Amino acid sequence: MSSTTHSAVHHVHRDDYGSRMGMWLFLFTELILFGGMFIIYAVYRFMNQQEFHIAAQELNTTVGLINTIILLTSSMTAAMSITAMQKGNIRFSKGLIWVTILFAAAFMLNKYFEWSAKIHHGIYPGSPDLLNKPSGEILYFGLYYVMTGLHALHVIVGVVFFLFILRHIAQKKVTPTSYVRLENGALYWHLVDLIWIFLFPLFYLIH
Amino acid sequence: MSEHQHEETHIVGYGNYVYIWLVLIAFTGITVTAAGIGLGNWTIVLALTIASAKSWFVMNYFMHLKYEDAVFKAFIAVALFTFAIFIGFTFWDYSF
Repeated sequence: MSSTTHSAVHHVHRDDYGSRMGMWLFLFTELILFGGMFIIYAVYRFMNQQEFHIAAQELNTTVGLINTIILLTSSMTAAMSITAMQKGNIRFSKGLIWVTILFAAAFMLNKYFEWSAKIHHGIYPGSPDLLNKPSGEILYFGLYYVMTGLHALHVIVGVVFFLFILRHIAQKKVTPTSYVRLENGALYWHLVDLIWIFLFPLFYLIH
Repeated sequence: MSEHQHEETHIVGYGNYVYIWLVLIAFTGITVTAAGIGLGNWTIVLALTIASAKSWFVMNYFMHLKYEDAVFKAFIAVALFTFAIFIGFTFWDYSF
């Protein structure tokens, strides 16, 4: 078609606006994925109020609170890494991404100890102890494991996402003038935070 | 699409994020304290109201929604409206 006389200048197609919009559209599918489970939770809690109340006493509010603070703080450091990148401070941006990853690891470590304690007490899906409990409590713990488990899976995916971004920074694919991948990674991470904002009161704070 | 190629970049200062973080931590403190007091059925109402407020801050500031075009906000409104229909119709079935 057009002659290549002028296209010696390498042109890379780029649409940051569309890229961010695509990420938001993906996040809506996550809303529906978790939303469906929140609806199941709501209906079962509505039908088994007393049993949900008793079952929730088993959870350690302090652990839940610590993990809430960890995720809120990691969301802040993720957002700050974009500011650092925009200001051209690549080292600081990378540092903030690493801090975010460390918070994610701390969250998972907490989750590990929390789940281990539950399993140690014989509370895990299909365990004899759990199956002897009333159906409402079985439902509560089933939802607890599935919803916090799927959320934890998202934490792991978020870490992988950030590791890719760190690699792309090293490869100069993410730079102070082109950082939409970092923005999208942060958007995903904030979604993980948003889901936990609802999981925490619904599972840990039933009194 | 080319009008977006040179969109102005909005740089949010570090201090602003710390401020939002403090708000989120304060909200968390209120939820935990309120749940401890035992407000009966109001605990869940308060908890969900605070969780929604926290989400509003996260989306607007951390996720930069405040600086995005109206079309992003319209998308979110549609997504949340759809989800609200799911919730509404489910409870229509179960609570009567």
